Amino acid sequence: MAAEVGQFALILALLLALVQSVAPLWGAHRGDSLLMALGRQASMLQAGFVVLAFGCLAYAFVTCDFSVALVAQHANTAQPTPYRFAATWGSHEGSMLLWVLILALYGAGVAVFGGTLRETLQARVLGVQGLIAASFHGFLIFTSNPFLRLDPAPFEGAELNPLLQDPGLVLHPPVLYAGYVGFSVAFSFAVAALIEGRVDAAWARWVRPWVLGAWVPLTVGITLGSAWAYYELGWGGWWFWDPVENASLMPWLLGTALLHSALVLERRGALVSWTILLAILTFSLSLVGTFLVRSGILTSVHAFAVDPKRGVYVLGIIALTTGLSLALYAWRAPAIRSGALFQPVSREGGITLNNLFLAVLCATVFVGTFSPVFIEMLNGDKISVGPPYYALVFAPLAIPLLLLVVIGPGLNWKRDDLRAVALRVRVPAMVALAALVLGLLFGGWKGVVTAGGLGLSAWLLAGALAILGRRWWAGRAYLGRSIRTTPRSLIGLTLAHAGLGLLTLGITGVTAWESDKVISMRVGDSTTFAGRTVTLTALETVQGPNYEARQARLLIKRGSGSFTLKSERRFYPSAQSQTTEAGIRVTPLGNFYISAGEESATGLVVRMWKHPLIVWIWIGGLTMGLGGAVSLSDRRLRLGALVKTPAAGPQPVAAE
Amino acid sequence: MKRLLFLAPVLLCVAVLVGFFLGLGRDPTRLPSMMIGKAVPAFSLPPVRPGDQGFTHQDLGDEPMLVNFYASWCAACRIEHPMLMKLRREGVVIHGVDWKDTPELGFKWLTDWGDPYVRTGNDQSGRTGIDMGVSAVPETFVIDKSGKVRYRHVGAITPEDWDTRIKPLMDRLRAES
Repeated sequence: MAAEVGQFALILALLLALVQSVAPLWGAHRGDSLLMALGRQASMLQAGFVVLAFGCLAYAFVTCDFSVALVAQHANTAQPTPYRFAATWGSHEGSMLLWVLILALYGAGVAVFGGTLRETLQARVLGVQGLIAASFHGFLIFTSNPFLRLDPAPFEGAELNPLLQDPGLVLHPPVLYAGYVGFSVAFSFAVAALIEGRVDAAWARWVRPWVLGAWVPLTVGITLGSAWAYYELGWGGWWFWDPVENASLMPWLLGTALLHSALVLERRGALVSWTILLAILTFSLSLVGTFLVRSGILTSVHAFAVDPKRGVYVLGIIALTTGLSLALYAWRAPAIRSGALFQPVSREGGITLNNLFLAVLCATVFVGTFSPVFIEMLNGDKISVGPPYYALVFAPLAIPLLLLVVIGPGLNWKRDDLRAVALRVRVPAMVALAALVLGLLFGGWKGVVTAGGLGLSAWLLAGALAILGRRWWAGRAYLGRSIRTTPRSLIGLTLAHAGLGLLTLGITGVTAWESDKVISMRVGDSTTFAGRTVTLTALETVQGPNYEARQARLLIKRGSGSFTLKSERRFYPSAQSQTTEAGIRVTPLGNFYISAGEESATGLVVRMWKHPLIVWIWIGGLTMGLGGAVSLSDRRLRLGALVKTPAAGPQPVAAE
Repeated sequence: MKRLLFLAPVLLCVAVLVGFFLGLGRDPTRLPSMMIGKAVPAFSLPPVRPGDQGFTHQDLGDEPMLVNFYASWCAACRIEHPMLMKLRREGVVIHGVDWKDTPELGFKWLTDWGDPYVRTGNDQSGRTGIDMGVSAVPETFVIDKSGKVRYRHVGAITPEDWDTRIKPLMDRLRAES
């Protein structure tokens, strides 16, 4: 029953999405308030029906309704209930349903919270959202129907890929999709602005919270994904430059650029057409990511079951959305009044440079990801792009950008003077220099890269704190009041930039000082590693809900302190596959990571790693996300276009 | 001039989309190799295991076997590895090429996760892989008794790939005179 209800709900959602795309666009064109109101109603109703459809599928999963083909393929009764629930989005069809669910919720969000928007602008935004929603509902219903029945229904279902049976699956995809799909709102705003032929500060003030609202979950989602890969794959890495990882990094890089350029547009009315282009491209890259995972154009560990027909359909959607919007851009953007002028040395100039770097970084990832496809087409050569390419190309471009991160917020709007800027960042510069010298003292010239990394993270951290420091120092006569009145957006800025510093610290630490050891051990054997004595205390077979595992317990001793780590090799009989559960001891200074391998006549292969500072990579990512969230809670953003607050914004006060 | 600048994104987008569309037919996991039916190009690779004899094209032939390209930096190889270990236990002859990797890392890989290979050599420059038309690791070739390439599998070998495609082929090749 639930499956049929879900199916009907999905079809109704498609029809409503069509109403939502036609009515408000036509209404805005004719100035018909009734049609525009119809668009708002349609978007809310549409969201309601997609929620219903999603609920039906989730219900079928939780209750093990194996007469639904998708459930029978991805769930069985032995699976714990939370994972059965999460299996709802563990397949291609289910994850697509999650995709349209989030899209519909964002659309309804524009309808509900957009009351203070200019009516025609809101209607056009909703119309564009409706078009995207309709095309994806069509994709779902015609090529990937999640509600297909199976007759006769099997008594027991198959198994979800065991790698996915992890708390990571419960969290990572919904959060990541909230980011991916969230950029659809910025896209719709951009297209609406192009249709209207009008971009003003009110437009920018409206777009920025939506961009932030997508950027925060995308940041958190990527961070969660990286942490998940770290502990679940059992081989201790945190980023692999896999095509699908890149697919999430590209919209993040452009989304970050968009976040900053929208700030310039809001404050100074400059970078108008560039911001619009970024909004279009960011969402397009989200779509490209969807295409990548579902078309099988590249091989990836993440890819879903591949079907070229689906690839063609998603490509059609990209051609329609991106192609048409860029054509519209080519036609209308030159006519949009470009905003205020600014000197090269100014806050605007700094952000332009930041955008340039981010866009180029994004391009390098794009080239790295897709060059195997294009090069083969051009001359038949097959090439592969691995981590060495990114180490060579990505890092040298990222470092100047990170240097710029501290200088940017110290710049004044409109025009500034280089010497004054240098003076303003002298404290972070001294801290960074001290860290660099300390690193060189301990590491010598061989450790120059490490020292550079340490200096860079010190520069970022001190630079972030200096943002608040400068403000509070200027208002030191009334320190309490000046701290209390600090705008949240400024605290968010500090947190986000400090998060980048922590991230750099973590990457530096793990790259420079990682150590590992592989050894064959029998129960009772001891070995020393990283100044600790590691003893294999037990090796036994344990029974999980839907797997059988060989569990190794190891006692790690250092001086008087000791702790135990467990690592398992799990075998899932119904999926006929194996996973490794690593044993990890997490501390701020470093992780101790143990993973049990094959058993043979000489004993159990145990691999241990010491990952110094690695946890700061994820703390850094989450701090960036937190910064975005704090900034999003700023009063000025919440009130949107209604209030125009004078100078109380994040304008830095000169330090002198 | 200015108009041209605004036109650039859409033109670029069309080019990329056309690329994607043509790329769809490419389907990396199914693409037949131009090597199929041909003898494996000559190669002689230094060892991965210290003190080992390495791997040359003369090691191929006599019975159907697999040549697996792997690398310690490759994520999908890690997924594939237990399958190779299982095949090894079942008596399938597998040779390995450690592709675009250092012998030290390759050796560490084998000691960490198990060594499924009869012969294995290191192809640090990637030359042998390029001669064989390898596009990305993991990739596996089925070699027949006369040392000719008969099938190319791109990506990790799943139990399904083995049962439905590779094993039947190997059985057939074994029956060939």
